[in-house]
Amino acid sequence: MNIATQAESFREGPDVRGHFGAFGGRYVAETLMPLILDLETAYRVAQADPAFVSELDDLLKHYVGRPSPLYYAPRLTKHLGGAKIYLKRDELNHTGAHKINNCIGQILLALRMGKKRIIAETGAGQHGVATATVAARFGLPCVIYMGSRDIERQAPNVFRMKLLGAEVRAVESGSKTLKDAMNEALRDWVTNVDETFYIIGTAAGPHPYPEMVRNFQSIIGQEARVQMMDAEGRLPNSLVACIGGGSNAIGLFHPFLDDINVKMYGVEAAGHGLNSGEHAASLAGGVPGILHGNKTYLLQSEDGQITEAHSISAGLDYPGIGPEHAWLHSIGRVNYVSATDEEALDAFQMCAKLEGILPALEPSHALAFVKKLAPTLPDDHLMIVNLCGRGDKDIFTIGERLGVTL
Amino acid sequence: MTDRLTRRFAALKAENRAALITFVTAGDPDTETAAAILAGLPGAGADIIEIGVPFTDPMADGPAIQEANLRALAHGQSLRKTLAMVSTFRSADNITPIILMGYANPILAYGIDIFMSDAKAAGVDGLIVVDLPPEEDAEIGAPARAKGLHFIRMATPTTDAKRLPTVLDQASGFLYYVSMTGITGTRDVDITSIAKAVTNIKEYTELPVAVGFGIKTPEHAASVARVADAVVVGSAIVSLVGIAAAERANDIPTRVTAFVNTLSTAIKGARL
Repeated sequence: MNIATQAESFREGPDVRGHFGAFGGRYVAETLMPLILDLETAYRVAQADPAFVSELDDLLKHYVGRPSPLYYAPRLTKHLGGAKIYLKRDELNHTGAHKINNCIGQILLALRMGKKRIIAETGAGQHGVATATVAARFGLPCVIYMGSRDIERQAPNVFRMKLLGAEVRAVESGSKTLKDAMNEALRDWVTNVDETFYIIGTAAGPHPYPEMVRNFQSIIGQEARVQMMDAEGRLPNSLVACIGGGSNAIGLFHPFLDDINVKMYGVEAAGHGLNSGEHAASLAGGVPGILHGNKTYLLQSEDGQITEAHSISAGLDYPGIGPEHAWLHSIGRVNYVSATDEEALDAFQMCAKLEGILPALEPSHALAFVKKLAPTLPDDHLMIVNLCGRGDKDIFTIGERLGVTL
Repeated sequence: MTDRLTRRFAALKAENRAALITFVTAGDPDTETAAAILAGLPGAGADIIEIGVPFTDPMADGPAIQEANLRALAHGQSLRKTLAMVSTFRSADNITPIILMGYANPILAYGIDIFMSDAKAAGVDGLIVVDLPPEEDAEIGAPARAKGLHFIRMATPTTDAKRLPTVLDQASGFLYYVSMTGITGTRDVDITSIAKAVTNIKEYTELPVAVGFGIKTPEHAASVARVADAVVVGSAIVSLVGIAAAERANDIPTRVTAFVNTLSTAIKGARL
């Protein structure tokens, strides 16, 4: 499809019913419908309230530590011998990932709505840690649902959540990973409708979550835009970000969507390879369907059963993708590619040794694609890679893969 | 509309008693046993049968039905097999209404229009698609109605007076009142609030009102049967199947029949 002939703006979605083209929507049980309608109303009021916006800004600055730097990576650039590579350092945020940008926004909303209890799902544990952090900061009890398989492979984050006062509930159903944690959180929400606020961690779920999470994460792209103008006097030529549900990617991409010369690459997790049947690349290997309140690309069987995703990175190990990405894919505005477990591990080591930064396994997928793309580009090509999380949480997984006992 | 479901509700109204709606999961614990359970339900006193269509991620269901879904899927249950099971049932029983209840994705994967035709041909009378609220009706609700299948809507304690008309718009068959917030089969029945809610809903609709979620015993069933047009029992039956399956019992259909019989007797005596 020729994107130049598309609508004037790519930034106006979703429509009033929460649809991004054929994707998104509000596919939830009737029990949840009144809740998400209330949430949307409260969010619209908050969005328009200068007091809400200034409180959010203040917390992002003084508590989260924003703006995060846009760092020119000289040795990585030299090593790859092509594009000039900048890293958007969201791994320097308080709690070590981009997830807190959204959590701060949502808990402020929860407080405005008079909610007394916070719940969340988590995969890698980054969103769980960020949620536990803001719940502690604002004095609300917090329950985090986490698949028991993820609990095993993300022990440091589980302990962090507990230290922050959260209760971590192991989810034993289904594949025991992120999708099952989300099922369980939705069940909790349906059961405790009056008092509970559900902080969804990615730009997915029923409307208004995909839009709301995107808006809270768009601070990443808004800052990057200004920072790149300051550094180079022009916009970047390309943006690269990893995609599980896709919140860090949409946060970086969204402010640039109408800058038609800025190319964008979303990197899905190809696990053991796209042809292995063991991956988490919903766009490359899935078809549209309905799960967790939205219509989007899903890994599923011919009978419409959701299949298990696989990725070395727990944060990308999800069989779906945010609906706005599904739409951006369908219209061709963003290019979606993938990187395998092995490629991500290589990229992790490359970044650690060349730049002295331990990236999380999630953005290591983005770096793996950069490793292929950057050398093909001229040296005046400006590239921003979203370094959305730090790798400390992953050292045990990486040690195991490298055959090192810690 | 002179279809099986409408006729059944009319007949029960004439008898002044509530309908017993029994819920079983298709293919649970395996295809053959499930077919035998299904065949035994009308004789045991089920007036209407809801068949759960297995899905990997039944996010509005509690542990009992989740496990039933996984047991059925582990034995290779599919939407196609579920329709075949209804067909087989229909060759022996052309009276008892059958409602399929499940999630949208398997229907989407099957192909919406083909599914509606196949479901109608198999003898399905109506659909409950849990994750398809009125706001997303056009996709599955409208094609179902176009094929002459009832598209049954749900109301819950969170559905307030402002929202109820939205839920009732285009609703047909009956209204399924989910008697508590939460997931299937995890809390106890509060009969006072149920009675109040049913009375309230009846001010807005002529449709029969069925009450479900949390009805576990003949006593619960009888008390709900006094205030509603139909009583849905699901998790209690599904749990019974689960326990029997774990014991590798070979009399699962008989156990289900016996339990359904006690529910039916209680409901038949409720308004005497």
